[in-house]
Amino acid sequence: MSGVGFWPPSVLEVVFLLLGLVAVGSALLVVTTRQLVHAALWLVVCFGALAGCYLVLTAEFVAWVQVLIYVGAVVVLLLFGIMLTRAPIGRSDDLDSGNRVVAAVVAVATAGVLVSVVVGGFQHAYADLRPGAGSAEELGASIFRNWVLPFEALSVLLLAALIGAIVLSRTDIKGRR
Amino acid sequence: MRDYQGVDGYFGSYAVVAVLLAIGAAIFAGALLINRLLRPDRPTEAKLTTYECGVDPVGDGWAQSQVRYYVFTYLYVVFAVDAVFLFPWATVFAAPGYGMTTLVEMFVFLAFIALGIVYAWRKRVLTWT
Repeated sequence: MSGVGFWPPSVLEVVFLLLGLVAVGSALLVVTTRQLVHAALWLVVCFGALAGCYLVLTAEFVAWVQVLIYVGAVVVLLLFGIMLTRAPIGRSDDLDSGNRVVAAVVAVATAGVLVSVVVGGFQHAYADLRPGAGSAEELGASIFRNWVLPFEALSVLLLAALIGAIVLSRTDIKGRR
Repeated sequence: MRDYQGVDGYFGSYAVVAVLLAIGAAIFAGALLINRLLRPDRPTEAKLTTYECGVDPVGDGWAQSQVRYYVFTYLYVVFAVDAVFLFPWATVFAAPGYGMTTLVEMFVFLAFIALGIVYAWRKRVLTWT
C-alpha cells in the first residue's frame, strides 16, 4: 500500500466499516429490545461483528478468542443468568429504567472521551496490516517475553471470580463468625 | 510468508470462508423460503401447539433453572479462558530462548486455577445431589 489516506477507501476499509455498523446496530438492539433473551442473541451478533473487525485488522487469534470466549461462553453465562433470575421469560415492559436519560448521557459522554482520546493519541499513527502479526506464535512470544506478570495475575483474578461465584451460588457457605 | 493477495493469502482465505458462510446461509434460508411458498398453510390452534411426544404441553417453555447450573457455566468460562492461553504457550514454549521458565510459568497459572476447582470439589459443587 503506497499512499496513506482514507479516500478512495480500500475494500478492507469498507468491510471494516460495514462490520462496525453491524456491531453498533446490534449493540443498540441489545439495549432497546423488549425480550431479554433476544438481547442476549443480539449480543451474539454484536460480538460476531467485532470478531470480524479483529479479523480484518489481522488480529486472527484475538478474533477466534472473541468467538470462543464471548460468543461461546459469556453469552451462555448471560443466558443462564437470565434463566435463573426471571422465571417467565417473554416480552417484559418493565425493562426501561427511570434513569435511562442519565444513562444515555453518561454513555455518550464516555464514548466521547474514549473517541477523543483515541483520535488525539493516534491521529497520525498508521499501522500497516501485516497478516500473521496476530497469530498465536506472535502473541505467545509477546506474553511469555514481556507480559508474564499480568498473565500470572490473571490466574489469581480468575480464581477469585470462580470462588466468588461458588460462594454466591451456595447459601450454605457462611463467613467466619 | 503469507501475502495480501490471492486465495491463499490471509484476506483471500478469509474471503473464501465468508463466501462459504454466505452460500450456506443462502441455501438454508432459500430452502425454508421455498418451503413456505410451496406448502399449504392452514393453521389451527391444535396444529400450532408444541409437539411434546404426543402429550399436551403443560406450562411455559421457560422455567427458572437452578443456581447450580450457573456454577457449571462459570467453570466452563474459566476453563475456556484458561485454554485460550494454552494455545500461544504451546506454540512458543519449545522454541529456543524460552525453556524451563516458560514451562513453569504456565504451570503456576494452571495451579492457581486448579485451586479453584479444588475449592469447588471440596465444597461439593461438583457432586450431584
